[in-house]
Amino acid sequence: MAYSYYPGCTQEVSTRAYDLSSRTVAAALGLELMEIDDWNCCGSSPSYSLREVETYALNARNLALAEKQVPGGEVLTICNGCFGMMDKTNQRLAQDPEVRAEVAEALAAADLEYRGTVTVRHLLDVLVKDVGVEAIKQKVTRPLEGLKVAPYLGCAFSRPSGIDDMEFPTALDDLLACMGAEVVEYPLKAACCGGVLMMGDKQDVALKLVRNLLAEAVRRGADCLATACPLCHLNVEAYQGQVNSRYGTDFSVPVLFFTQLLGVSMGIGKKELGLGQELVPAGSLLAPYLT
Amino acid sequence: MSTDSAEAALREVELSPEEEIILKRKELLKCIQCGTCSASCPTAFAMDYTPRQIIAAIRAGRLEKVLRSNTPWLCASCYYCTVRCPAGIQFTDLMYELKRMAVKRRLHPSGSPAFYQAMVATVDRHGRSAETELMIRYYLGSLNPLGLLKLAPFGIKMLLRGRFPLLPHRIKGRDDLGRILDHLAQEGEA
Repeated sequence: MAYSYYPGCTQEVSTRAYDLSSRTVAAALGLELMEIDDWNCCGSSPSYSLREVETYALNARNLALAEKQVPGGEVLTICNGCFGMMDKTNQRLAQDPEVRAEVAEALAAADLEYRGTVTVRHLLDVLVKDVGVEAIKQKVTRPLEGLKVAPYLGCAFSRPSGIDDMEFPTALDDLLACMGAEVVEYPLKAACCGGVLMMGDKQDVALKLVRNLLAEAVRRGADCLATACPLCHLNVEAYQGQVNSRYGTDFSVPVLFFTQLLGVSMGIGKKELGLGQELVPAGSLLAPYLT
Repeated sequence: MSTDSAEAALREVELSPEEEIILKRKELLKCIQCGTCSASCPTAFAMDYTPRQIIAAIRAGRLEKVLRSNTPWLCASCYYCTVRCPAGIQFTDLMYELKRMAVKRRLHPSGSPAFYQAMVATVDRHGRSAETELMIRYYLGSLNPLGLLKLAPFGIKMLLRGRFPLLPHRIKGRDDLGRILDHLAQEGEA
């Protein structure tokens, strides 16, 4: 199956391990990813907070480019934020003729047209629903036995899209179970990491939310967290040091992208999964499973 | 409160027709003030007014208070309020509307939109978000160069892991993107 692929901006450098491991795992499972040529930023919530139609237009350009690539195709995203923004754009354009006309005129200024035939998907959803956990299980050669993983999906995977349960999504649990990992019961799995508040003048609020997420993971005996979004990942991983200095805690909870864990369970090497770029070291935790 | 005084208070900050539609939509009249939104909100503890209070204030015509509050700027866009509201109120979207209105009228608490503005400027220039330029724009723009210095240890850790973006990635279609955004800007002025 071929998909238009939208990596998203943070995957270019600060969370490039997610892009790398997603491409690697997708290829190993027979998914063909065609990166959208010259894609632009989705604008994320900062752009949407300041301007509505312009943000739809940013996303419509990407959707138009994807439609040119594969008419009626599917765009695969790996970031919850990009997924939410593109999906919202797609729905607004479909439902609101006025917005649709405004965006169409703006796109025409750049000789682009979007006919609304593209569907926006999240890689995790595609793996669980289209490829299927049974098929993935066949590829698992190094089961993650004994590894206690807390599935942390955050908000925008299922809210408001509804592609999974909006309170207790299960896609990540199912996938981790088929990797042979011990899935930790983690009631905060769809709770908020603070998102964009981590940058800007509301950082204290976001640090408090991350502290709660980490404390709960530790209380539940998790060895690590698995994430499916670069923003959640940055907040709970890269900002652990700031949480510790603010609250006098000593959290050292490794956080891995679900694609990295999946890759390890499929016997894929460290390099191809971008392992070793963590700020919270995960090397010794994963060493027993790496070939 | 009588309808007349509510109308008078709304004129406190003159509303455009689009804004009237947003604030007077029937949806808000369906709010039963149950507080599910406030109880679900992960950042309500830091807000001047909780989500439930925001709806009550809008219905009471106290829009200016709402726009001057820190509440919209504490919305992390988690959509818990939206998906749990028994009246089907799209509260997260309302928060976005309030942020836009507050900026348009310059009623927002000082500094709150600065990071968002830095991000928009970066995206519009390069077509991509570029974290380094974004943080420089943000801290210098908000006249807080010390903030940048405080970020340095974090930046160095990221750099050592190959995760620090030194140069922005720029898309080829920057001119196209410019034309799209310019077109909308002209529409807005017309």
